[in-house]
Amino acid sequence: MTKQTTATFINIGERTNVTGSAKFRKLIEADDYEAALSVARQQVESGAQIIDINMDEGLLDSEKAMEVFLNLIASETDISRVPIMIDSSKWSVIEAGLKCVQGKSIVNSISLKEGEENFKEQARMVMHYGAAAVVMAFDEEGQADTEDRKFEICERAYNILTKEVGFAPEDIIFDPNVFAVATGIEEHNNYGVDFINATRRIRENLPHAHVSGGISNLSFSFRGNNAVREAMHSVFLYHAIKAGLDMGIVNAGQLTIYDDIKPEMRELIEDVILNRRDDATDRLLDAADSFKGLSTAKKKKDLTWRTKDVGSRLTHGLVNGIGDFVEEDVEEARQSATKTIEVIEGPLMDGMNVVGDLFGDGKMFLPQVVKSARVMKKAVAYLMPFIEAEKKESGEEGVNSSAGKILMATVKGDVHDIGKNIVGVVLQCNNFEIVDLGVMVAGQTILDEAKKHKVDIIGLSGLITPSLDEMVSLASEMERQEFDLPLMIGGATTSKIHTAVKVNPAYKRSQVVHVIDASRAVGVASKLLEKSGRDAYMADIRADYEVMAKNYATKTKPRSRIEVARANRFVPDFETNKPVKPEFLGIKSFDDYDLKQLVETIDWTPFFATWEMRGRYPDILDDDVKGEAARELFGDAQKLLTELVDEKSLKAQAVIGLWPANSVGDDIEVYEDDTRSKVIATLHSLRQQMERRQGDKPNIALSDFIAPKDSGIPDYIGGFAVTTGIGEEDLAIRYERANDDYNKIMVKALADRLAESFAEHMHMRVRREFWGYASDEKLSNVELISEAYSGIRPAPGYPAQPDHTEKQTLFDLLDAENNAGIKLTESFAMWPGAAVSGLYFGHPQSRYFGLGKIAKDQVEDYAKRKGWTLEKAEKWLAPVLAYQP
Amino acid sequence: MNRDERIKALKKAASERILVLDGAMGTMIQRHKLGEEEYRGAPSNSAAVGHQEARFKDWGQDVKGNNDLLTLSQPDIIKKIHMDYLEAGSDIIETNTFNSTSISQADYGMEELVVELNIEAAKLCRAAADELSTPEKPRFVAGGLGPTNRTASISPDVNRPEFRNVSFEELVEAYSEQTTALIEGGVDIIIIETIFDTLNAKAAGYAVLKVFDDVGIELPIMVSGTVIDKSGRNLSGQTPEAFWYSMRHLKPFSVGLNCSFGAEDLRPAVVDMAAISDTLISVYPNAGLPNEMGEYDEQPNTTADFIEGWAKDGLVNIVGGCCGTSPDHISAIANAVKGYPPRTVPDIEPRLRLSGLEPFVAG
Repeated sequence: MTKQTTATFINIGERTNVTGSAKFRKLIEADDYEAALSVARQQVESGAQIIDINMDEGLLDSEKAMEVFLNLIASETDISRVPIMIDSSKWSVIEAGLKCVQGKSIVNSISLKEGEENFKEQARMVMHYGAAAVVMAFDEEGQADTEDRKFEICERAYNILTKEVGFAPEDIIFDPNVFAVATGIEEHNNYGVDFINATRRIRENLPHAHVSGGISNLSFSFRGNNAVREAMHSVFLYHAIKAGLDMGIVNAGQLTIYDDIKPEMRELIEDVILNRRDDATDRLLDAADSFKGLSTAKKKKDLTWRTKDVGSRLTHGLVNGIGDFVEEDVEEARQSATKTIEVIEGPLMDGMNVVGDLFGDGKMFLPQVVKSARVMKKAVAYLMPFIEAEKKESGEEGVNSSAGKILMATVKGDVHDIGKNIVGVVLQCNNFEIVDLGVMVAGQTILDEAKKHKVDIIGLSGLITPSLDEMVSLASEMERQEFDLPLMIGGATTSKIHTAVKVNPAYKRSQVVHVIDASRAVGVASKLLEKSGRDAYMADIRADYEVMAKNYATKTKPRSRIEVARANRFVPDFETNKPVKPEFLGIKSFDDYDLKQLVETIDWTPFFATWEMRGRYPDILDDDVKGEAARELFGDAQKLLTELVDEKSLKAQAVIGLWPANSVGDDIEVYEDDTRSKVIATLHSLRQQMERRQGDKPNIALSDFIAPKDSGIPDYIGGFAVTTGIGEEDLAIRYERANDDYNKIMVKALADRLAESFAEHMHMRVRREFWGYASDEKLSNVELISEAYSGIRPAPGYPAQPDHTEKQTLFDLLDAENNAGIKLTESFAMWPGAAVSGLYFGHPQSRYFGLGKIAKDQVEDYAKRKGWTLEKAEKWLAPVLAYQP
Repeated sequence: MNRDERIKALKKAASERILVLDGAMGTMIQRHKLGEEEYRGAPSNSAAVGHQEARFKDWGQDVKGNNDLLTLSQPDIIKKIHMDYLEAGSDIIETNTFNSTSISQADYGMEELVVELNIEAAKLCRAAADELSTPEKPRFVAGGLGPTNRTASISPDVNRPEFRNVSFEELVEAYSEQTTALIEGGVDIIIIETIFDTLNAKAAGYAVLKVFDDVGIELPIMVSGTVIDKSGRNLSGQTPEAFWYSMRHLKPFSVGLNCSFGAEDLRPAVVDMAAISDTLISVYPNAGLPNEMGEYDEQPNTTADFIEGWAKDGLVNIVGGCCGTSPDHISAIANAVKGYPPRTVPDIEPRLRLSGLEPFVAG
């Protein structure tokens, strides 16, 4: 920017925003308002003429935080000399803020999102509080993304405000939505141009109104590369200001001068922002790393490591996950080795040991380790033919130099294997040999294969609760068939307590160990196989488990009798919130659903958790320790995701159903049609039995959310099954064949995320269209992910109804196998694994809850209702029993 | 005249001449040297009838100093003061309601009386104004909203800067109650005055707009701030221009300053406000600065001379007096400004005008 253009441009400080600044959020969460004030002060000192304050964070009491912070600012005259921009997507937070500022502030924001009436009402309130307002280009249809929509919405808002509400036009600040460009998605390429053109039209046609924007959204895809981001912001501002942008939410301390940006970079960035060429994004991406001048760039460009000795080169390649040179390097190592196997045992293992140590020290992260393993596998694959030939020639058996052989399997009835694959890779990196039997492996197969391969350890994985039972029975079988191998157990549903209470007593000939995550697997496996210390290690574990089991047995919490719990059931208000009749009744299936629509609503936080990188997205990308690894992983994920979507290598299918229903006791009757004469299914629910005091919380069952039959109120229930996993397995196998564990795991992790996103997306459509009880709902992505909507979609097998067998009833109702291509295994796991199913409850007071442990009286009653024996009920409800059957 | 006709007449009068407000109420009450008994309604030397002797006799708390209570306990005294100002030449007189909010009356345990205090004060004032009103010189009644004894933007506890002893909502509630009652009692104008904390005044403004919406009556609003130092800032730290941008959304009939210090020291702030405000300017200063006895001793002619200077320079539309001023001051002021035309309201370019403690103008 030249001086002239900045003169009329207003900088709004953006750092005092919990959604935009992880640092500020942490300070607020920690109640460190002193330091939070210094962030505000620094903004003003760096030239912010207005400061934007945002406290929109799910776990914060945002109204309170806004009030406290603004009250504090009021007594800091070096901060409060400037006007405040009160920023929230919640009106209540905005109002809380308006009540604290004596100056004339700006409300950020109001919009037509919830319709004209709401908009006018909020505008009038803004006037009464004496503030100006940012008006987002957002209407009943959603956020405007094209130039025309942006302008049209702003024009409409302008007319309403100035002609109907009496709002001063100079107090209107339009925000025509700055969206991220260079995301790799073609539709996003013109976002910069759309914004700039819309800005020009607003300034030319809507007198006195201003235009502002949250500038940092633009460069979202370059998170972590601040140099590029700042340059993008400057270039964007340069053009947008020329078009009439006169204020912007920016990091006031951090704007590069337009003229100071290297001309070649400026051109690349302008190509992107002005959408001047199709390959603009790729070109900028390629140049971005060098521009940033950080380590990732060095990996690619700086080849000085190639001049070192072969051992160092192999180690470097392994640690940095670079496979490009590994074949030439192992070949060189092979030339100088007496036997090919020495290359593996020597330099390659040395390199992997470095990886293992760095991982152990928390200096490398799981995705990086998996990439290292990919390089290792490539090297071994190259060497294998030589090793085989040498064996044949010499006639001798290869000496087994591995640290140990471990069999890994996901148990019968369960299909989930991401965790198992990760553990396998990590163990391989540490010189363990892995025999992977895959998923849904019958107990006897596991035992037979263990014998055949002479393994040293058996590792079992499972994600759903019935798998726990499978593990117990496998342990019993090992005892009976006189195995004496250690057993390792892991997976989302497993726990140390379950292992201690259920598995440990079943298998005494050797030891079972629960492994909490992949990073612990190596340590546990090594200790279990260490000749000198293993007995002591196992004895310690056994003692620990026995103490835990004993404490568990004595620690049973009191339960209410089921009649008492029922008397204290949750009674929603069906009068003010009359059940809404769905737009259609029956089932509807969706074949080959457009994946593109699901990408945007992906919740990335669990994706990082899958890779054992804990932290909230997007903050994790800027994390001091994990940030770099997280960005790399995220970048790889984006790339693969784009491929998956573009090539349609995954297929999404869904089926939903909506039926008349009423509750009868703790069950829900589902009727064929609105005459409610024929019951087509009964959904059983379970009721919380924790002891409650009088007037305390209710003892909830899912059936409480449906109007009782005898109330005469017609109610409805829905169900769904969605998958994005059609094709997932083929892809995974393809990567496996290519020795690419990294992408094999990635495909599944992404398919899982897409399935969750699909479930969320479908739920949204059900609320808004198919059931239609929330047809006027408008929520942002963040609000969707945080489930800020009305109604729930609980899944059988999860906390509110832990009985997985209920899934069968749901699948029968939906005919999910034919309509969506999803099958149920004998343990009621869904196949393909990237699938989600559940029930829809529409009542606004319905909510998620955990059942907790239940007492025998309810289990007996439940068995009766389901037509089961008590034993069968106790088997399926084992994880939630409050007693020992 | 009915209320609409009076409002029309007010606007017409303001366009033709400099209007004169009344002077101090408290100063005039002090002259009666009332004791606890008289505040409760015992016959005083100056007023033999009209008091409600029995009603507050046994009130559980001391009420001396609750000047607003005199509307009920010594209505003759209050009415007489109004009459004196009208006779001295006031076009607009103010109700005796400076502390008639539930927040301020809590000091005397008289929150319950707030509605009555305001209705009666307005009626008393109305009756006085109507007595002397003529078509040539109509008299107007301004219902006064004082600042209360609390501050919404300043913590009373230095160790807890985030703490407030009154909230915006509480202020809105109190001011709504007061405004509704004043309108019911028949006032022509609402005046939010002696503003030392702008947030309190914004709450008052919010309440007033809300009451206007609720009762379907819209009266002219006068806004009058108080500065605490020579730089012209108010107690909550705003400059006059920042203050104006904070209050401008009320589209007030006038904006200006009162109390503060004497007319002499107020001049720079008056000049500032006159330059930036696209509405009428009102100023009613104290009678100079208090002497070592806490008394205001600036003579009527002195005060009037300063004010005449403003009138001569075209800075003011409405003038009057605050602490220490008497009917003699008002008479002098009325005479002093008589020959001068009122200030012309300037055209102010429409721009986004924001404020913190300092003003911020976009573009």
